[in-house]
Amino acid sequence: MSENTDRTAENEAENKKQNSDFHSVTLDSEKCKGCVACMKRCPTEAIRVRNRKARIHYERCVGCGECIRMCVHRAKRAVYDSLDILNNYKYKVALPAPSLYGQFNNLENLGHVNQGLKRLGFDEVFEVAVGAELISDATRQLLNEGKLKKPVISTACPAVLQLILLRYHSLTENLLDLQAPVDIAARLVREKAERETGLSPEEIGVFFISPCPAKVHALKIGLGHKKPLVDGVFAVSDIYMHLLNAMTPGEPCDEEPQTGILGFAWASSGGEAAAVLKEKYVAADGIENCINILKELEHNRLQNVDFIELNACVGGCVGGVMNIENPFVARSKIRELRKYLPLSKNSLEKYGKTVEDMKWEEVPEISDVLILDSDFAVALRKMREIDTITKELPGLDCGNCGAPSCRAFAEDVINGEADINECNRR
Amino acid sequence: MCNSSEILHFEFDVDGENFTSAGTASEHLKNTLKQLGLPSQIIRKAGIAMYEGEINMVIHAKGGKAVISILPEKVRIELVDQGPGIPDIELAMQEGYSTAPDSIRNLGFGAGMGLSNMKKYADYMEIKSEVGKGTTVILEVNYPVQS
Repeated sequence: MSENTDRTAENEAENKKQNSDFHSVTLDSEKCKGCVACMKRCPTEAIRVRNRKARIHYERCVGCGECIRMCVHRAKRAVYDSLDILNNYKYKVALPAPSLYGQFNNLENLGHVNQGLKRLGFDEVFEVAVGAELISDATRQLLNEGKLKKPVISTACPAVLQLILLRYHSLTENLLDLQAPVDIAARLVREKAERETGLSPEEIGVFFISPCPAKVHALKIGLGHKKPLVDGVFAVSDIYMHLLNAMTPGEPCDEEPQTGILGFAWASSGGEAAAVLKEKYVAADGIENCINILKELEHNRLQNVDFIELNACVGGCVGGVMNIENPFVARSKIRELRKYLPLSKNSLEKYGKTVEDMKWEEVPEISDVLILDSDFAVALRKMREIDTITKELPGLDCGNCGAPSCRAFAEDVINGEADINECNRR
Repeated sequence: MCNSSEILHFEFDVDGENFTSAGTASEHLKNTLKQLGLPSQIIRKAGIAMYEGEINMVIHAKGGKAVISILPEKVRIELVDQGPGIPDIELAMQEGYSTAPDSIRNLGFGAGMGLSNMKKYADYMEIKSEVGKGTTVILEVNYPVQS
Protein backbone atom coordinates (compact mmCIF):
# COMPACT_ATOMS: atom_id res chain seq x y z
CA MET A 1 0.00 0.00 0.00
CA SER A 2 1.10 3.59 -0.46
CA GLU A 3 2.70 5.43 2.40
CA ASN A 4 -0.33 7.71 2.53
CA THR A 5 -2.45 4.93 3.94
CA ASP A 6 -0.06 4.37 6.79
CA ARG A 7 -1.28 7.11 9.08
CA THR A 8 0.80 7.24 12.19
CA ALA A 9 -0.59 7.51 15.70
CA GLU A 10 1.03 10.92 15.90
CA ASN A 11 -0.94 12.17 12.92
CA GLU A 12 -4.10 10.73 14.37
CA ALA A 13 -3.58 12.54 17.65
CA GLU A 14 -2.98 15.79 15.80
CA ASN A 15 -6.01 15.24 13.61
CA LYS A 16 -8.17 14.72 16.67
CA LYS A 17 -6.77 17.73 18.45
CA GLN A 18 -7.59 20.02 15.54
CA ASN A 19 -11.10 18.69 15.35
CA SER A 20 -11.79 18.96 19.07
CA ASP A 21 -12.10 22.71 18.57
CA PHE A 22 -14.87 22.24 16.05
CA HIS A 23 -18.24 23.77 17.00
CA SER A 24 -21.44 22.84 15.24
CA VAL A 25 -23.40 25.95 16.22
CA THR A 26 -22.18 29.46 15.54
CA LEU A 27 -23.37 33.03 15.85
CA ASP A 28 -23.88 35.53 13.05
CA SER A 29 -23.09 38.67 15.11
CA GLU A 30 -24.59 41.01 12.51
CA LYS A 31 -27.97 39.34 12.76
CA CYS A 32 -28.03 38.85 16.54
CA LYS A 33 -30.21 41.47 18.22
CA GLY A 34 -29.18 40.43 21.71
CA CYS A 35 -32.65 39.20 22.65
CA VAL A 36 -32.69 36.40 25.21
CA ALA A 37 -34.73 33.79 23.33
CA CYS A 38 -31.89 31.31 22.73
CA MET A 39 -30.34 31.91 26.13
CA LYS A 40 -33.58 31.15 27.98
CA ARG A 41 -34.09 27.96 26.01
CA CYS A 42 -30.59 26.50 26.24
CA PRO A 43 -30.87 23.31 28.36
CA THR A 44 -27.32 23.58 29.73
CA GLU A 45 -27.27 27.36 30.32
CA ALA A 46 -24.43 27.62 27.79
CA ILE A 47 -25.43 31.01 26.36
CA ARG A 48 -24.85 34.50 27.75
CA VAL A 49 -25.82 37.79 26.15
CA ARG A 50 -22.88 40.16 26.50
CA ASN A 51 -22.62 43.47 24.66
CA ARG A 52 -25.95 42.67 23.01
CA LYS A 53 -24.68 39.47 21.42
CA ALA A 54 -25.56 35.92 22.36
CA ARG A 55 -22.28 34.14 23.00
CA ILE A 56 -22.04 30.39 23.31
CA HIS A 57 -19.85 28.88 26.00
CA TYR A 58 -18.86 25.89 23.91
CA GLU A 59 -17.52 23.87 26.80
CA ARG A 60 -21.12 23.58 28.04
CA CYS A 61 -22.78 23.22 24.63
CA VAL A 62 -24.15 19.75 23.81
CA GLY A 63 -25.05 20.73 20.24
CA CYS A 64 -28.78 20.08 20.59
CA GLY A 65 -29.67 22.92 18.22
CA GLU A 66 -32.44 24.41 20.39
CA CYS A 67 -30.90 27.88 20.00
CA ILE A 68 -31.01 27.57 16.21
CA ARG A 69 -34.66 26.58 16.42
CA MET A 70 -35.53 29.46 18.75
CA CYS A 71 -33.77 32.29 16.90
CA VAL A 72 -36.25 34.29 14.84
CA HIS A 73 -33.41 36.45 13.49
CA ARG A 74 -31.57 33.45 12.02
CA ALA A 75 -28.47 34.54 13.90
CA LYS A 76 -27.69 31.11 15.35
CA ARG A 77 -26.50 28.82 12.61
CA ALA A 78 -25.59 25.21 12.21
CA VAL A 79 -22.12 24.55 10.85
CA TYR A 80 -21.67 21.89 8.17
CA ASP A 81 -19.61 21.31 5.05
CA SER A 82 -20.16 22.87 1.66
CA LEU A 83 -21.14 20.50 -1.13
CA ASP A 84 -18.12 21.81 -3.06
CA ILE A 85 -15.77 19.54 -1.11
CA LEU A 86 -17.17 16.62 -3.12
CA ASN A 87 -14.86 17.72 -5.93
CA ASN A 88 -11.83 16.76 -3.85
CA TYR A 89 -12.57 13.07 -4.22
CA LYS A 90 -12.55 10.61 -7.11
CA TYR A 91 -15.12 8.28 -5.59
CA LYS A 92 -17.94 9.80 -3.57
CA VAL A 93 -20.18 7.99 -1.11
CA ALA A 94 -23.40 9.36 0.43
CA LEU A 95 -24.61 8.20 3.84
CA PRO A 96 -28.22 9.39 4.04
CA ALA A 97 -29.79 9.54 7.51
CA PRO A 98 -33.03 7.55 7.88
CA SER A 99 -34.96 10.78 8.48
CA LEU A 100 -34.03 12.07 4.98
CA TYR A 101 -36.57 9.66 3.49
CA GLY A 102 -39.43 11.45 5.22
CA GLN A 103 -38.73 14.80 3.60
CA PHE A 104 -40.46 14.26 0.24
CA ASN A 105 -43.98 14.38 -1.13
CA ASN A 106 -45.40 11.94 -3.68
CA LEU A 107 -42.70 9.38 -3.05
CA GLU A 108 -43.78 5.83 -3.83
CA ASN A 109 -40.50 4.08 -3.35
CA LEU A 110 -37.70 4.86 -0.92
CA GLY A 111 -35.24 3.93 -3.69
CA HIS A 112 -35.99 7.20 -5.49
CA VAL A 113 -33.99 9.07 -2.84
CA ASN A 114 -30.94 6.87 -3.43
CA GLN A 115 -31.37 7.24 -7.19
CA GLY A 116 -31.54 11.03 -6.82
CA LEU A 117 -28.34 11.07 -4.75
CA LYS A 118 -26.53 9.11 -7.46
CA ARG A 119 -27.70 11.58 -10.08
CA LEU A 120 -26.20 14.33 -7.94
CA GLY A 121 -22.80 12.75 -8.45
CA PHE A 122 -22.46 10.23 -5.65
CA ASP A 123 -20.97 6.96 -6.92
CA GLU A 124 -22.39 4.98 -4.07
CA VAL A 125 -25.24 5.44 -1.59
CA PHE A 126 -25.15 3.51 1.67
CA GLU A 127 -28.11 3.97 4.00
CA VAL A 128 -27.23 4.82 7.59
CA ALA A 129 -30.26 2.71 8.49
CA VAL A 130 -28.14 -0.35 7.56
CA GLY A 131 -25.83 0.62 10.41
CA ALA A 132 -28.90 1.07 12.60
CA GLU A 133 -30.02 -2.49 11.92
CA LEU A 134 -26.58 -3.80 12.86
CA ILE A 135 -26.58 -1.76 16.08
CA SER A 136 -30.04 -3.09 16.89
CA ASP A 137 -28.77 -6.63 16.29
CA ALA A 138 -25.80 -6.01 18.61
CA THR A 139 -28.04 -4.39 21.25
CA ARG A 140 -30.39 -7.38 21.23
CA GLN A 141 -27.48 -9.79 21.64
CA LEU A 142 -25.97 -7.77 24.50
CA LEU A 143 -29.31 -7.51 26.30
CA ASN A 144 -29.94 -11.23 25.91
CA GLU A 145 -26.51 -11.98 27.37
CA GLY A 146 -27.62 -9.98 30.40
CA LYS A 147 -24.24 -8.34 30.91
CA LEU A 148 -25.39 -4.73 30.62
CA LYS A 149 -26.34 -2.54 33.55
CA LYS A 150 -30.05 -1.85 33.30
CA PRO A 151 -31.74 0.27 32.33
CA VAL A 152 -29.51 0.51 29.28
CA ILE A 153 -29.38 4.06 27.93
CA SER A 154 -29.06 4.53 24.18
CA THR A 155 -26.11 6.58 22.94
CA ALA A 156 -27.37 7.15 19.40
CA CYS A 157 -28.33 10.81 19.98
CA PRO A 158 -25.01 12.63 20.45
CA ALA A 159 -26.68 15.62 22.13
CA VAL A 160 -28.08 13.33 24.83
CA LEU A 161 -24.76 11.52 25.15
CA GLN A 162 -22.93 14.84 25.56
CA LEU A 163 -25.52 15.95 28.12
CA ILE A 164 -24.95 12.81 30.20
CA LEU A 165 -21.17 13.31 30.00
CA LEU A 166 -21.66 16.89 31.16
CA ARG A 167 -24.22 16.55 33.93
CA TYR A 168 -25.23 12.96 34.71
CA HIS A 169 -21.93 11.25 35.45
CA SER A 170 -23.40 8.47 37.58
CA LEU A 171 -25.45 7.30 34.60
CA THR A 172 -22.40 6.69 32.39
CA GLU A 173 -22.39 3.10 33.72
CA ASN A 174 -25.71 2.55 31.98
CA LEU A 175 -24.62 3.84 28.59
CA LEU A 176 -24.81 1.47 25.65
CA ASP A 177 -21.16 1.39 24.57
CA LEU A 178 -21.88 0.97 20.87
CA GLN A 179 -21.01 3.21 17.95
CA ALA A 180 -23.61 5.31 16.20
CA PRO A 181 -25.28 3.82 13.10
CA VAL A 182 -23.54 6.40 10.89
CA ASP A 183 -20.13 5.25 12.19
CA ILE A 184 -20.91 1.65 11.29
CA ALA A 185 -22.24 2.67 7.86
CA ALA A 186 -19.12 4.78 7.19
CA ARG A 187 -16.81 1.89 8.05
CA LEU A 188 -18.69 -0.72 6.06
CA VAL A 189 -18.98 1.39 2.93
CA ARG A 190 -15.35 2.47 3.08
CA GLU A 191 -14.20 -1.14 3.30
CA LYS A 192 -16.47 -1.96 0.37
CA ALA A 193 -15.35 1.00 -1.75
CA GLU A 194 -11.66 0.30 -1.19
CA ARG A 195 -12.18 -3.34 -2.11
CA GLU A 196 -14.29 -2.72 -5.19
CA THR A 197 -12.53 0.32 -6.69
CA GLY A 198 -8.92 -0.36 -5.77
CA LEU A 199 -8.58 3.36 -5.04
CA SER A 200 -6.52 4.66 -2.14
CA PRO A 201 -8.38 5.85 0.97
CA GLU A 202 -7.59 9.47 0.11
CA GLU A 203 -9.40 9.20 -3.19
CA ILE A 204 -12.62 7.97 -1.55
CA GLY A 205 -14.84 10.56 0.10
CA VAL A 206 -17.53 9.42 2.55
CA PHE A 207 -20.18 12.00 3.43
CA PHE A 208 -23.02 11.95 5.93
CA ILE A 209 -26.23 13.82 5.13
CA SER A 210 -27.22 15.01 8.58
CA PRO A 211 -30.50 16.14 10.12
CA CYS A 212 -28.85 17.95 13.05
CA PRO A 213 -25.77 19.86 14.24
CA ALA A 214 -25.15 17.36 17.06
CA LYS A 215 -24.35 14.66 14.52
CA VAL A 216 -22.10 17.06 12.62
CA HIS A 217 -20.17 17.72 15.81
CA ALA A 218 -19.97 14.04 16.81
CA LEU A 219 -18.57 13.09 13.41
CA LYS A 220 -16.15 15.99 13.21
CA ILE A 221 -14.61 15.25 16.62
CA GLY A 222 -14.87 11.48 16.14
CA LEU A 223 -16.99 10.89 19.26
CA GLY A 224 -16.34 7.33 20.42
CA HIS A 225 -13.46 6.98 17.95
CA LYS A 226 -9.73 7.66 17.73
CA LYS A 227 -10.27 9.81 14.65
CA PRO A 228 -13.17 11.02 12.51
CA LEU A 229 -14.64 8.39 10.17
CA VAL A 230 -16.20 10.60 7.49
CA ASP A 231 -14.70 13.15 5.12
CA GLY A 232 -17.54 15.62 5.41
CA VAL A 233 -21.03 16.22 6.76
CA PHE A 234 -23.74 17.91 4.71
CA ALA A 235 -27.04 19.32 5.93
CA VAL A 236 -30.30 17.87 4.66
CA SER A 237 -31.51 21.46 4.20
CA ASP A 238 -28.48 22.28 2.04
CA ILE A 239 -28.74 19.31 -0.31
CA TYR A 240 -32.53 19.28 -0.39
CA MET A 241 -33.27 21.46 -3.44
CA HIS A 242 -30.54 19.80 -5.49
CA LEU A 243 -31.89 16.41 -4.56
CA LEU A 244 -35.47 17.38 -5.31
CA ASN A 245 -34.46 18.41 -8.83
CA ALA A 246 -32.60 15.17 -9.36
CA MET A 247 -35.50 12.96 -8.32
CA THR A 248 -38.21 11.59 -10.60
CA PRO A 249 -40.75 10.12 -8.21
CA GLY A 250 -43.29 9.05 -10.87
CA GLU A 251 -40.84 7.08 -12.98
CA PRO A 252 -39.62 3.53 -12.49
CA CYS A 253 -36.69 3.10 -10.15
CA ASP A 254 -34.15 0.31 -10.05
CA GLU A 255 -32.75 1.30 -6.64
CA GLU A 256 -33.99 -0.98 -3.89
CA PRO A 257 -34.12 0.27 -0.29
CA GLN A 258 -31.21 -1.35 1.59
CA THR A 259 -33.01 -1.45 4.91
CA GLY A 260 -36.12 -2.95 6.45
CA ILE A 261 -38.86 -1.60 8.72
CA LEU A 262 -36.67 -1.63 11.82
CA GLY A 263 -33.84 0.38 10.27
CA PHE A 264 -36.08 3.10 8.89
CA ALA A 265 -37.92 3.26 12.22
CA TRP A 266 -34.79 4.83 13.74
CA ALA A 267 -35.79 8.06 11.99
CA SER A 268 -38.29 8.84 14.71
CA SER A 269 -38.58 8.54 18.46
CA GLY A 270 -39.24 5.01 19.67
CA GLY A 271 -37.74 3.37 16.59
CA GLU A 272 -34.48 2.32 18.14
CA ALA A 273 -36.23 1.09 21.28
CA ALA A 274 -38.80 -0.89 19.28
CA ALA A 275 -35.99 -2.58 17.32
CA VAL A 276 -34.58 -3.92 20.59
CA LEU A 277 -37.66 -6.18 20.61
CA LYS A 278 -38.20 -5.91 24.36
CA GLU A 279 -41.42 -4.66 25.83
CA LYS A 280 -40.03 -2.79 28.79
CA TYR A 281 -38.65 0.32 27.21
CA VAL A 282 -39.05 4.05 27.56
CA ALA A 283 -38.61 6.39 24.59
CA ALA A 284 -38.58 10.12 25.30
CA ASP A 285 -37.98 12.95 22.88
CA GLY A 286 -37.43 16.67 23.25
CA ILE A 287 -34.44 17.75 25.32
CA GLU A 288 -36.50 18.80 28.38
CA ASN A 289 -38.31 15.45 28.41
CA CYS A 290 -34.97 13.67 28.13
CA ILE A 291 -33.68 15.64 31.12
CA ASN A 292 -36.72 14.61 33.16
CA ILE A 293 -36.03 10.95 32.39
CA LEU A 294 -32.36 11.36 33.32
CA LYS A 295 -33.42 12.89 36.65
CA GLU A 296 -35.74 9.94 37.29
CA LEU A 297 -32.91 7.54 36.51
CA GLU A 298 -30.63 9.33 38.96
CA HIS A 299 -33.31 8.87 41.60
CA ASN A 300 -33.27 5.12 40.92
CA ARG A 301 -36.73 5.17 39.43
CA LEU A 302 -37.36 3.13 36.22
CA GLN A 303 -35.38 0.19 37.63
CA ASN A 304 -37.59 -2.40 35.92
CA VAL A 305 -37.03 -0.90 32.47
CA ASP A 306 -34.68 -2.67 30.04
CA PHE A 307 -33.95 0.06 27.55
CA ILE A 308 -34.15 3.84 27.45
CA GLU A 309 -34.12 5.72 24.16
CA LEU A 310 -33.64 9.47 24.39
CA ASN A 311 -33.72 11.89 21.48
CA ALA A 312 -32.95 15.56 21.98
CA CYS A 313 -35.29 16.63 19.19
CA VAL A 314 -39.07 16.46 19.41
CA GLY A 315 -40.18 13.50 17.32
CA GLY A 316 -36.66 12.05 17.20
CA CYS A 317 -34.23 12.57 14.31
CA VAL A 318 -37.05 13.68 11.98
CA GLY A 319 -37.22 16.70 14.32
CA GLY A 320 -33.61 17.65 13.58
CA VAL A 321 -33.13 21.34 13.04
CA MET A 322 -31.50 20.79 9.62
CA ASN A 323 -34.46 18.82 8.25
CA ILE A 324 -37.17 20.42 6.10
CA GLU A 325 -40.44 18.65 6.80
CA ASN A 326 -42.52 18.90 9.97
CA PRO A 327 -41.34 15.99 12.17
CA PHE A 328 -44.78 14.48 12.62
CA VAL A 329 -45.49 14.58 8.90
CA ALA A 330 -42.06 13.14 8.12
CA ARG A 331 -42.68 10.31 10.56
CA SER A 332 -46.00 9.52 8.95
CA LYS A 333 -44.43 9.45 5.48
CA ILE A 334 -41.70 7.05 6.52
CA ARG A 335 -44.25 4.81 8.22
CA GLU A 336 -46.22 4.59 5.00
CA LEU A 337 -43.22 4.06 2.73
CA ARG A 338 -41.65 1.27 4.74
CA LYS A 339 -44.95 -0.63 5.00
CA TYR A 340 -44.10 -3.28 2.39
CA LEU A 341 -40.50 -3.76 3.44
CA PRO A 342 -39.34 -6.82 5.38
CA LEU A 343 -38.81 -6.36 9.12
CA SER A 344 -35.04 -6.15 8.75
CA LYS A 345 -32.58 -6.67 5.91
CA ASN A 346 -29.27 -6.57 7.75
CA SER A 347 -27.58 -8.50 10.51
CA LEU A 348 -24.11 -8.82 11.98
CA GLU A 349 -23.90 -12.30 10.48
CA LYS A 350 -24.64 -11.02 6.97
CA TYR A 351 -21.71 -8.59 7.21
CA GLY A 352 -19.41 -11.02 9.01
CA LYS A 353 -19.19 -8.68 12.00
CA THR A 354 -19.35 -9.32 15.73
CA VAL A 355 -20.85 -7.37 18.63
CA GLU A 356 -17.27 -6.43 19.52
CA ASP A 357 -16.87 -4.74 16.11
CA MET A 358 -19.80 -2.45 16.97
CA LYS A 359 -18.29 -1.15 20.23
CA TRP A 360 -16.80 2.28 20.79
CA GLU A 361 -13.12 2.51 19.92
CA GLU A 362 -12.69 4.98 22.73
CA VAL A 363 -15.03 5.62 25.63
CA PRO A 364 -16.12 9.28 25.43
CA GLU A 365 -14.80 11.24 28.39
CA ILE A 366 -16.94 12.88 31.04
CA SER A 367 -16.73 16.65 31.35
CA ASP A 368 -15.92 18.40 34.64
CA VAL A 369 -16.80 21.87 33.40
CA LEU A 370 -19.71 22.34 35.83
CA ILE A 371 -17.45 21.98 38.88
CA LEU A 372 -16.82 25.34 40.55
CA ASP A 373 -13.28 24.52 41.63
CA SER A 374 -11.10 21.43 41.81
CA ASP A 375 -10.35 22.30 45.44
CA PHE A 376 -13.40 21.27 47.47
CA ALA A 377 -12.92 24.02 50.09
CA VAL A 378 -12.75 26.68 47.39
CA ALA A 379 -15.77 25.22 45.61
CA LEU A 380 -17.69 25.24 48.90
CA ARG A 381 -16.78 28.89 49.53
CA LYS A 382 -17.83 29.84 46.01
CA MET A 383 -21.10 27.99 46.42
CA ARG A 384 -21.84 29.87 49.63
CA GLU A 385 -21.13 33.17 47.91
CA ILE A 386 -23.37 32.16 45.01
CA ASP A 387 -26.17 31.38 47.49
CA THR A 388 -25.71 34.74 49.19
CA ILE A 389 -25.80 36.69 45.94
CA THR A 390 -28.76 34.68 44.60
CA LYS A 391 -30.75 35.67 47.69
CA GLU A 392 -30.03 39.35 47.00
CA LEU A 393 -31.35 39.04 43.45
CA PRO A 394 -35.06 39.46 42.59
CA GLY A 395 -35.58 35.85 41.46
CA LEU A 396 -37.34 36.91 38.27
CA ASP A 397 -35.00 35.04 35.93
CA CYS A 398 -35.76 37.82 33.46
CA GLY A 399 -32.52 37.51 31.53
CA ASN A 400 -31.95 41.29 31.38
CA CYS A 401 -28.47 40.87 32.86
CA GLY A 402 -27.50 38.50 30.06
CA ALA A 403 -27.62 35.32 32.14
CA PRO A 404 -30.45 32.80 31.85
CA SER A 405 -31.39 32.83 35.56
CA CYS A 406 -30.59 34.74 38.73
CA ARG A 407 -28.59 31.79 39.97
CA ALA A 408 -26.60 31.56 36.74
CA PHE A 409 -25.93 35.30 37.05
CA ALA A 410 -24.71 34.84 40.63
CA GLU A 411 -22.33 32.13 39.38
CA ASP A 412 -21.06 34.47 36.67
CA VAL A 413 -20.45 37.19 39.29
CA ILE A 414 -18.48 34.79 41.49
CA ASN A 415 -16.48 33.57 38.51
CA GLY A 416 -15.63 37.15 37.58
CA GLU A 417 -17.60 37.02 34.33
CA ALA A 418 -20.27 39.54 35.31
CA ASP A 419 -20.68 42.55 37.59
CA ILE A 420 -23.45 42.52 40.21
CA ASN A 421 -24.55 45.96 38.97
CA GLU A 422 -25.53 44.47 35.65
CA CYS A 423 -28.74 43.37 37.38
CA ASN A 424 -31.05 46.34 36.87
CA ARG A 425 -34.00 44.83 38.74
CA ARG A 426 -32.49 44.81 42.21
CA MET B 1 -16.82 20.66 65.36
CA CYS B 2 -15.76 22.21 62.13
CA ASN B 3 -15.38 25.87 61.46
CA SER B 4 -18.69 27.38 60.38
CA SER B 5 -17.00 28.87 57.34
CA GLU B 6 -16.46 25.38 56.01
CA ILE B 7 -20.09 24.43 55.79
CA LEU B 8 -22.97 25.19 53.52
CA HIS B 9 -26.56 25.22 54.69
CA PHE B 10 -29.80 25.39 52.84
CA GLU B 11 -33.43 24.73 53.58
CA PHE B 12 -36.36 23.67 51.48
CA ASP B 13 -40.07 23.57 52.08
CA VAL B 14 -41.39 20.28 50.72
CA ASP B 15 -44.88 20.85 49.41
CA GLY B 16 -47.41 18.25 50.62
CA GLU B 17 -49.59 16.09 48.37
CA ASN B 18 -47.91 17.42 45.28
CA PHE B 19 -46.10 14.72 43.40
CA THR B 20 -45.12 16.96 40.55
CA SER B 21 -42.91 19.08 42.77
CA ALA B 22 -41.62 16.19 44.89
CA GLY B 23 -37.96 15.80 44.11
CA THR B 24 -37.26 19.52 43.75
CA ALA B 25 -35.18 19.64 46.92
CA SER B 26 -33.17 16.51 46.11
CA GLU B 27 -32.66 17.85 42.60
CA HIS B 28 -31.19 21.02 44.06
CA LEU B 29 -28.98 18.96 46.36
CA LYS B 30 -27.68 16.90 43.44
CA ASN B 31 -26.91 19.99 41.36
CA THR B 32 -25.09 21.58 44.27
CA LEU B 33 -23.00 18.48 44.92
CA LYS B 34 -22.17 18.22 41.22
CA GLN B 35 -20.89 21.79 41.20
CA LEU B 36 -18.81 21.03 44.28
CA GLY B 37 -17.14 18.24 42.32
CA LEU B 38 -17.99 15.36 44.65
CA PRO B 39 -17.69 11.83 43.19
CA SER B 40 -20.76 10.81 41.21
CA GLN B 41 -21.45 7.79 43.43
CA ILE B 42 -21.69 10.05 46.50
CA ILE B 43 -24.07 12.34 44.65
CA ARG B 44 -26.13 9.39 43.58
CA LYS B 45 -26.39 8.01 47.12
CA ALA B 46 -27.30 11.37 48.65
CA GLY B 47 -29.77 12.10 45.84
CA ILE B 48 -31.62 8.80 46.14
CA ALA B 49 -31.74 8.83 49.95
CA MET B 50 -33.08 12.35 50.01
CA TYR B 51 -35.56 11.76 47.19
CA GLU B 52 -37.04 8.79 49.06
CA GLY B 53 -37.32 10.99 52.15
CA GLU B 54 -39.01 13.75 50.21
CA ILE B 55 -41.53 11.36 48.69
CA ASN B 56 -42.26 9.92 52.14
CA MET B 57 -42.95 13.39 53.54
CA VAL B 58 -45.36 14.05 50.69
CA ILE B 59 -47.18 10.74 51.05
CA HIS B 60 -47.46 10.52 54.81
CA ALA B 61 -47.03 13.97 56.30
CA LYS B 62 -48.38 16.47 53.78
CA GLY B 63 -44.92 17.85 53.32
CA GLY B 64 -42.38 19.29 55.69
CA LYS B 65 -38.96 20.83 55.70
CA ALA B 66 -35.60 19.65 54.40
CA VAL B 67 -32.46 21.07 55.99
CA ILE B 68 -29.25 20.27 54.17
CA SER B 69 -25.74 20.78 55.53
CA ILE B 70 -22.75 20.20 53.33
CA LEU B 71 -19.85 19.60 55.68
CA PRO B 72 -16.16 19.07 54.88
CA GLU B 73 -16.47 15.29 55.32
CA LYS B 74 -20.14 14.48 54.69
CA VAL B 75 -23.56 15.62 53.57
CA ARG B 76 -26.21 15.76 56.28
CA ILE B 77 -29.89 15.85 55.40
CA GLU B 78 -32.53 16.50 58.02
CA LEU B 79 -36.13 15.90 57.00
CA VAL B 80 -38.60 17.34 59.47
CA ASP B 81 -42.36 16.90 59.27
CA GLN B 82 -45.41 17.44 61.48
CA GLY B 83 -47.13 14.32 60.18
CA PRO B 84 -48.80 11.42 61.99
CA GLY B 85 -45.53 9.91 63.22
CA ILE B 86 -44.37 6.29 62.97
CA PRO B 87 -45.75 4.02 65.75
CA ASP B 88 -43.31 1.14 65.17
CA ILE B 89 -40.09 2.26 63.50
CA GLU B 90 -38.61 -1.25 63.36
CA LEU B 91 -41.65 -2.51 61.48
CA ALA B 92 -41.66 0.50 59.17
CA MET B 93 -38.04 -0.16 58.29
CA GLN B 94 -38.85 -3.60 56.85
CA GLU B 95 -38.69 -3.88 53.08
CA GLY B 96 -42.17 -4.03 51.60
CA TYR B 97 -43.96 -2.78 54.71
CA SER B 98 -46.19 0.07 53.67
CA THR B 99 -49.07 2.07 55.05
CA ALA B 100 -49.48 4.05 51.84
CA PRO B 101 -53.03 4.13 50.49
CA ASP B 102 -53.82 2.27 47.24
CA SER B 103 -54.06 5.54 45.33
CA ILE B 104 -50.40 6.20 46.07
CA ARG B 105 -49.37 2.62 45.33
CA ASN B 106 -51.10 2.79 41.98
CA LEU B 107 -48.81 5.67 41.10
CA GLY B 108 -45.83 3.43 41.65
CA PHE B 109 -44.93 4.86 45.02
CA GLY B 110 -45.51 3.44 48.49
CA ALA B 111 -44.00 0.02 47.76
CA GLY B 112 -42.59 -0.09 51.26
CA MET B 113 -39.06 0.54 50.02
CA GLY B 114 -38.73 4.17 51.06
CA LEU B 115 -37.15 3.82 54.49
CA SER B 116 -35.15 0.73 53.55
CA ASN B 117 -33.79 2.50 50.49
CA MET B 118 -32.84 5.49 52.63
CA LYS B 119 -30.97 3.14 54.95
CA LYS B 120 -29.37 1.41 51.98
CA TYR B 121 -28.04 4.58 50.35
CA ALA B 122 -27.20 6.62 53.44
CA ASP B 123 -24.13 5.86 55.55
CA TYR B 124 -25.95 6.94 58.69
CA MET B 125 -29.65 7.15 59.38
CA GLU B 126 -31.58 8.16 62.45
CA ILE B 127 -35.34 8.38 62.90
CA LYS B 128 -37.00 10.31 65.67
CA SER B 129 -40.76 10.03 65.68
CA GLU B 130 -43.66 10.77 67.98
CA VAL B 131 -47.16 9.64 67.09
CA GLY B 132 -49.37 12.63 66.48
CA LYS B 133 -46.45 15.06 66.53
CA GLY B 134 -44.24 14.24 63.59
CA THR B 135 -41.07 12.62 62.36
CA THR B 136 -37.49 13.72 61.86
CA VAL B 137 -35.20 11.66 59.67
CA ILE B 138 -31.48 12.36 59.63
CA LEU B 139 -29.49 11.01 56.72
CA GLU B 140 -25.75 11.28 56.24
CA VAL B 141 -23.57 10.36 53.31
CA ASN B 142 -19.82 10.38 53.87
CA TYR B 143 -17.27 11.40 51.29
CA PRO B 144 -14.58 8.86 50.49
CA VAL B 145 -11.56 9.08 52.81
CA GLN B 146 -8.83 11.09 51.12
CA SER B 147 -5.60 9.20 50.70
